[in-house]
Amino acid sequence: MGLSSVRPESTTVSSVSPNWITTRLDFLTNWARSNSLWPMPFGTACCAIEYMATAASRFDIARFGMERQSFSPRQADVLICAGRLPFKLAPVIRRIWDQMPQPKWAISMGACASSGGIFDNYAMVQGIDTIIPVDVYVPGCPPRPEGLLYGIRLLQKKIMGESIDNDLLREEKPVGSSGLFLPADRVDELSEPFGNSVHQTRTS
Amino acid sequence: MTAVSPSVAGLRAEFGDAVGRHVVSCGDTIVYLANARAHDVLAWLRDSPDQRFDYLTDVTAVDYRDPERALEVVYQLRSLPRRADLRVKIALDKRAPLEVRSVRDLWRGADWLEREVYDMFGVTFAGHPDLRRILMWETYSEGYPLRKDFPLRGHFSRAEQTRQALAANPEAHYSMEELSIAEAYDELPPDMRDRLARGERGFLR
Repeated sequence: MGLSSVRPESTTVSSVSPNWITTRLDFLTNWARSNSLWPMPFGTACCAIEYMATAASRFDIARFGMERQSFSPRQADVLICAGRLPFKLAPVIRRIWDQMPQPKWAISMGACASSGGIFDNYAMVQGIDTIIPVDVYVPGCPPRPEGLLYGIRLLQKKIMGESIDNDLLREEKPVGSSGLFLPADRVDELSEPFGNSVHQTRTS
Repeated sequence: MTAVSPSVAGLRAEFGDAVGRHVVSCGDTIVYLANARAHDVLAWLRDSPDQRFDYLTDVTAVDYRDPERALEVVYQLRSLPRRADLRVKIALDKRAPLEVRSVRDLWRGADWLEREVYDMFGVTFAGHPDLRRILMWETYSEGYPLRKDFPLRGHFSRAEQTRQALAANPEAHYSMEELSIAEAYDELPPDMRDRLARGERGFLR
């Protein structure tokens, strides 16, 4: 689900041999999509402040085709989760993600959205990739606007590698009847403590 | 700064045995009250012309690591006209049901404060009109997070926590009265009607 799923250059000759028309069409579509990404900001914490700085005049993400901040998921292309996500908000971000029409992408901004960060506790989702698929992780606590801009440029690069004749655009279904979108052991694995918090193992 | 608040002498004269020991910590006076009469004492502290503790700054609780030691419910009182503070504590034996009388009838501001103590420590406040969780969602079933016997990461596995969180129904968090759509119920789309009917707090009809 990360960058590894980026399709290699569509223009290289492969066994299925995409023809000239589809590759030109790919280029046109991807060029249009990547340069008109409308972000759906999901700001929950201090990362949202950096996101606002990124959107404001000094850093100005309008330069990269994000002129319109979409505060409606129905007209958005990229969900930017800026800040930590408590379990109480998990169904909310999932609902927003489900409301966004394809094609859609997600950026996980900051340490907490990507991994739970310092909040390795009972209330916090340990990385939003256990709830929704994430395309780009932006590290930092919080990331500087340059960091977020770099993440956006990476996402644009990823979009330029997509092709209309493969269904890279994800179709998500819950795993079994669990209601989870990843297998349960995968969620546990992604949520494992790391770094300093492995020492916080006391239970009473 | 070790002066005992003059309220303590007044309390002892008025209530005798219902007032337990008092300590002075960092300049603040802390008085322990017997649970049975705490509500009367707090009402007196609010209404007596010599006390006039008209503002309830906070209600909280303390759970100590020692399992033998009592859990304490803490009331931080402030008298705005007298510019005086008093901290009142009720010690609750952890082996017995944790229950105190609600002071929401004395100070309206106690409403959400007591809900938070209930949510985080599991102390029930008898007589509270709307005692339900306030920070955690209402179907939260892992226990009371600020108790010392509660593991930092919760009781359930992360997958189970995620599953339960995703199964939560955000719309159902509000009753139809809160959404002010009770009158319009019949005109709602069927899926929304269904979600509201499965609400956590029941609904109007």
